[in-house]
Amino acid sequence: MADMKICFLDKQFKNPVVAASGTFGFGEEYNEIYDVGILGGISSKGLTLKGKTGNSGIRLWETPMGLMNSIGLQNPGVEGFISQEIEKMKTYNTNIIANLGGGTLEDYLEGIRLLNDTEVDIIELNISCPNVKAGGMAFGIKSQVAYETVKAVKEICQKPLMVKLSPNAENISEMAAACEEAGADALSLINTLNAMAIDIYKRKAVFNNTYAGLSGPAVKPVALRMVHQAAKAVEIPVCGMGGISSGKDAIEFMMAGASLVQVGTANFVKADICVDIIREMEEFLDAEGIKDISDIIGIV
Amino acid sequence: MKTSLSTIIENINVAEGIYKMTLPVDTKPVPGQFYMVKGLNGDYLLPRPISVHDYYDGNLVLLYRVSGHGTDMMSKMTDGTEVQVLGPLGNGFDLEAIKGKTALIGGGIGTAPLYYLAKEMKKADMDIYLGFKDIVYSIEDFENTGKNVTVATEDGSLGSKGFVTDCLDYDKYKTVITCGPDIMMNKIIKTCVDHKIDIYASLEKRMACGVGACLGCVTETINGNKRVCKDGPVFNGKELILSE
Repeated sequence: MADMKICFLDKQFKNPVVAASGTFGFGEEYNEIYDVGILGGISSKGLTLKGKTGNSGIRLWETPMGLMNSIGLQNPGVEGFISQEIEKMKTYNTNIIANLGGGTLEDYLEGIRLLNDTEVDIIELNISCPNVKAGGMAFGIKSQVAYETVKAVKEICQKPLMVKLSPNAENISEMAAACEEAGADALSLINTLNAMAIDIYKRKAVFNNTYAGLSGPAVKPVALRMVHQAAKAVEIPVCGMGGISSGKDAIEFMMAGASLVQVGTANFVKADICVDIIREMEEFLDAEGIKDISDIIGIV
Repeated sequence: MKTSLSTIIENINVAEGIYKMTLPVDTKPVPGQFYMVKGLNGDYLLPRPISVHDYYDGNLVLLYRVSGHGTDMMSKMTDGTEVQVLGPLGNGFDLEAIKGKTALIGGGIGTAPLYYLAKEMKKADMDIYLGFKDIVYSIEDFENTGKNVTVATEDGSLGSKGFVTDCLDYDKYKTVITCGPDIMMNKIIKTCVDHKIDIYASLEKRMACGVGACLGCVTETINGNKRVCKDGPVFNGKELILSE
């Protein structure tokens, strides 16, 4: 049987499959369906320094082979996560990734300080959030803004830092290089694509916020291209995601340069799909006579 | 509980746009619970949450309305087709809490989960009120429970003309249970809260995960956002903050 183990930022992953932020809560609900300890890791629901109640109105909208969401980062806040969730997550025997967003640099820094003293294995910095002090443009659009943000975060961050890139970045290769230069230990991508839907009968946008994030199989080819570009642009490891729904999809992302993959929307399609994905990856490797999954990373 | 495959025994059209699907399941559901159901071909992405209309001898019966692409695809599935099923999900009705003379008030496809509740609570002192716009279905099922059934249609084609909510004297009841369009449920909840009648409402929302993880289906309550799929779909009406 092929070796599925991956060493990522000095952490041992039993396989490259990680549950993606925002689709898996803190693991508890899915652990009732299957043992989430079989996963390489779990990326937590996106956290913000203070808890958020999230967006009003419709939060979900299905598109052809895609899903738009406007949840609005409903979460218990970093302190709520620390007091209510980490201990439970640690019992799952998998890597715990804390996904942290923020509206200001100060919020990010305070969140990092709190997470430094916890047992989380990796911090995933979500820079797709609107920068409240810069007219709401996301931190992850302009390379220079992302560079400054990541640099400031890295200075105080005592955990391995994985920066999650937005596909809405002006230039994904430049963005990846800027984050690496700022000190990111790894990159993950892609976050959701900025998208829109209109209710033609009501003559208005479906979502109260007008725009929403698109994920699912519909974005996979775009995500794969971006993961390939980012991986080519940097030396640090990359965690790839965007519409992965099968073992073959995951293998594609690894061949494009990802050392780990995240599975998001597909968890909704079939609650225990990660079990299938891990099995299908093993089957592929065995059928192809590949002994170590690391051998396929970035071969394309 | 895990995702499993089930084979459709029957998927029939019972009224215009209304279908009834029967399929075997492993677990006996509680009235008010639901299942996430999806065909295996790639027509659409997400499973659809469908409430339990009936359950007998290991068979789950889903009564559903075609309201979009997913349910349209479901309606076209033939007997013998394999579907992906996850459930039973959600809290369901707290049968212990339903006390005294009770009114079940259903509107449109919201009548679906009330049948299994009425059937499971054979001995309960329950009156059933069913409201439809124009197309009427499953009335006989309700009548077969032996309980009083009152029907209203907005076009007057069957029963009283108008809204079913105008057909009942709330003060006769200790408990009211409702499932239907928001506008109907909101009116009922307000009336019951004002009249100090116990009120339970089964809500419907767009869902993605169905298990409480994605936070796509939350509803506002006096205790913060609650997940319709996991904390509900049945809520104490007193807890809900009604949208205008």
